[in-house]
Amino acid sequence: MAIKPDLTTDCAGIRSPNPFWLASAPPTNSGEQIMRAFDAGWGGAVWKTLGTPIQNVSSRFGATNYRGTAAIGFNNIELITDRPLDVNFREIAEVKKRYPDHAVIVSLMVETREEWKEIIKRSEDAGADGLELNFGCPHGMCERGMGSAVGQEPKVNERITGWAKEFATVPVLVKLTPNVGDIVPHGIAAQAGGADGVSLINTIKSIIGVDIDRFVPEPRVGGLSTNGGYCGAAVKPIALHMVGALARDFTFELPISGIGGVRDWRDAVEFMLLGAASVQVCTEVMLRGYRIVEDMIEGLTDYMATHGFATIDQLVGKAVPNFSEWGELDLNYETIAKIDAESCIGCQLCVTACHDGAHQCIHPTGDGRVPVIDESECVGCNLCQIVCPVPDCISMVQVDNGFAPATWNQHIGDGAPLRPKKGAH
Amino acid sequence: MSRPPSARSEVVFDDFKPAYTAGQALAEANRCLYCSDAPCIQACPTGIDIPEFIRKIATDNVKGSARTIFEANVLGMSCARVCPVEVLCVGDCVYNHMGIPPIQIGKLQRYATDIAYDKGWSYFSAGEDTGKRVALIGAGPASLACAHALRRMGHACTIFEKRDVVGGLNTTGVAPYKMKADRSQDEVDWILSIGGIEVTTGVEVGRDVSFADLERDFDAIFIGFGLGPDGWLAAEGNKLAGIHGAVEFIERFKLGEVDLDGVERALVIGGGNTAVDAVRELKGLGVANVAMVYRGTEARMSGYAHEWAAAKLENIDAIWQTQPTGFARSGDGLEVTAVKLDADKTPIAGSEHGLPADLVLLAIGQGKLGDLVVDLDGITAEWGRLIVDGDGFTGRPGYYAGGDAANGGKEVVNAAAEGKAAARAIDAWFAADNSLRSPEGGA
Ligand SMILES: Cc1cc2nc3c(=O)[nH]c(=O)nc-3n(C[C@H](O)[C@H](O)[C@H](O)COP(=O)(O)OP(=O)(O)OC[C@H]3O[C@@H](n4cnc5c(N)ncnc54)[C@H](O)[C@@H]3O)c2cc1C
Ligand SMILES: Cc1cc2nc3c(=O)[nH]c(=O)nc-3n(C[C@H](O)[C@H](O)[C@H](O)COP(=O)(O)O)c2cc1C
Ligand code: SF4
Repeated sequence: MAIKPDLTTDCAGIRSPNPFWLASAPPTNSGEQIMRAFDAGWGGAVWKTLGTPIQNVSSRFGATNYRGTAAIGFNNIELITDRPLDVNFREIAEVKKRYPDHAVIVSLMVETREEWKEIIKRSEDAGADGLELNFGCPHGMCERGMGSAVGQEPKVNERITGWAKEFATVPVLVKLTPNVGDIVPHGIAAQAGGADGVSLINTIKSIIGVDIDRFVPEPRVGGLSTNGGYCGAAVKPIALHMVGALARDFTFELPISGIGGVRDWRDAVEFMLLGAASVQVCTEVMLRGYRIVEDMIEGLTDYMATHGFATIDQLVGKAVPNFSEWGELDLNYETIAKIDAESCIGCQLCVTACHDGAHQCIHPTGDGRVPVIDESECVGCNLCQIVCPVPDCISMVQVDNGFAPATWNQHIGDGAPLRPKKGAH
Repeated sequence: MSRPPSARSEVVFDDFKPAYTAGQALAEANRCLYCSDAPCIQACPTGIDIPEFIRKIATDNVKGSARTIFEANVLGMSCARVCPVEVLCVGDCVYNHMGIPPIQIGKLQRYATDIAYDKGWSYFSAGEDTGKRVALIGAGPASLACAHALRRMGHACTIFEKRDVVGGLNTTGVAPYKMKADRSQDEVDWILSIGGIEVTTGVEVGRDVSFADLERDFDAIFIGFGLGPDGWLAAEGNKLAGIHGAVEFIERFKLGEVDLDGVERALVIGGGNTAVDAVRELKGLGVANVAMVYRGTEARMSGYAHEWAAAKLENIDAIWQTQPTGFARSGDGLEVTAVKLDADKTPIAGSEHGLPADLVLLAIGQGKLGDLVVDLDGITAEWGRLIVDGDGFTGRPGYYAGGDAANGGKEVVNAAAEGKAAARAIDAWFAADNSLRSPEGGA
């Protein structure tokens, strides 16, 4: 191997041996857990949010299953730490003593300026390498004027971030809620308040399901339920978009810690390419354990070596310049679907998908079960490729239609010629 | 060391368990539950972290997947093909308890390790030279696993192999529908690529080289010479043409060509795994009528039930509770005389009968080679099997053993595990400042 990639990470001034951090959640509830996680290979951990300890309900989680796969989405109605603060701080100090090179970030959520001052001091005294302000929890805490109630109001976010920066000497990350229309003003508010970086996303307001015999939403607490926070694999696209939206915004300059639906090294790489300097994981660890990090480290290292990245900062943000606006896309770029008759198994899922969900241009053939594509009608939407169960059987192939590239903006501005529309009769 | 010739009768066989395509591997890998403290790991003699290697296939980290396999078992490529997974890892998959087909661990392991071989990924480098030299007897799985582990610790290794080909029974014995000789040779090459393992073929220890020679030149000795020749049936006419030892016959068609022209009917005597392999092999080589002749009942045969089930699907017969008592020429072929046995394996009076055959293979067990070394003080053998402790130590300082020679004849994966354990024990013995070589005689 030509290069041995260096995974050492610096996210907003918080250093860790690799970019993989545990998100603030049950896997970071206690020092004993976090030390086991560090032994398994995690580079950092954001401690379960500290504040005035709360009382949790019984029955806290729910999950979305899809075609036999358990928990592609996950939801919870638990609150911040329920353990006494001095126990938490004692354990933080112990972890830092034993693992000086790993990142311990303490997540915080309190109300008044005085409370912020005190809890920040205690966190730093315990040895925190950084602080994460939890402005994101969408249930339970917002009713008390904390969590997403703060994250949804840029002015409040900026003010409280300002307080934290006034008292803190270690880097401050602001954890953003995704329960907003546009994430950018909220990242900007954190920046205006002086934050050193942002983490996102926290969980998305959700109801995971309804018990159709008892007529009660889930998870059921006796005869009632409430909305919870959605996370896990299913939320990754939303999180990727929010991370990318901040990373490409010219006025936003802070480092980002990416969170939401990360299961393996590939997900992590995607977040990093869209601008995340570190990546946090909660649900996949809850479902499979700390051990998943071995594959994450190995996979990332191998990926970096293959692509010639020597250090983490060489890949962070690599895909950001290619995340653009619709008006900048080339309308004359044309692809069509091709079916590899050799590997086709004849399920004809693509036929149904194209007929009912696209442009009626894949047809069953007379003999055999390999469908044919009417290339003059194929709009290149990808639907058939998405439903095909055989890897690499349907490929989307670029065709040369003789038209020079032209974006919508160019067309409107300079009258650049567009190719004739396909499938639009 | 010579590669198996390309003209070999075994090449007619297809894989009984064909390789996975990428799509198949992904679908199967995604089915794995990634159990904690998984029963499949416990069932693997080399303790491969199976859920981890499977997860790595699912995340497209195939390189890491193969690393997980090889770290535990450097013979992971051949084991993927030859292990009786039905009674090991796959047999213990928790899905069996749900009545859901268990994960095809062997096929997934083959997928990852084949890719690693094809891509030429290398994972291991030799440890810093310790100046210690270990002699290993036999170039089978046990010695190869032992030597590779010793090299990672920095000890120099020399393997003495009496045959021209290396790989032991992995090359000369395992059924060709599991793995052919050239693939086993690929594995040996791959293992030796760590460097610093010298292989001397055509040298039989005890005949061409003495143990005194080895003690003079090496710091420790690993005995991995496996089992001896096929056992022979004590019966009249047992030396007639057309009667062969099964293991010897298998070696012949794996390494060269056998002529089965005119062989219409073959009998294989025995009920163990070699017998079950042999009947399937003869069938695959084109013999129309093949039957296994076994003393006991189907329920009590020592060959694996899953292998016998596959044989039955290939239209292979069995003649149960039958004992051959003599062989005679009959026309171009042989007439085997036999008696029926009762449930206690006692001959039933008046049950003598004749069985025609053009070819007879004896698969009634292999001899054990322990006698070669029992004259050395401290080494003991029981029915020819070397007695060792859990680390392969024989009782004579500096002498370790593993594989078939010490376990009496198990699987490749046991040889791999025992070879590796012995390497650790040898390393610890060196660390405590021991050596077979006297200080003044040292090289
Ligand atoms: C017909 C048959 C089929 C089998 N099929 C399977 C299977 O499908 N799956 C499976 O897991 N296991 C199978 N086995 C068992 C498996 O092959 C053995 O358990 C395994 O090979 C043992 O490895 P080893 O290194 O101990 O011995 P071997 O593989 O027997 O290697 C010993 C080596 O030592 C050499 N040698 C012997 N004496 C000397 C000497 N004095 N000096 C120098 N060299 C010497 C031999 O030539 C040989 O190369 C099969 C065995 C047989 C007989
Ligand atoms: C059970 C549970 C408890 C959580 N508790 C907290 C918390 O105390 N503080 C916080 O900032 N985020 C909390 N989160 C949100 C996670 O830190 C993370 O932002 C979110 O789950 C998305 O990541 P994931 O898809 O990897 O789970 C919690 C999530 C779950 C599932
Ligand atoms: S996961 Fe543990 S704490 Fe939660 S319900 Fe099950 S046993 Fe109880």
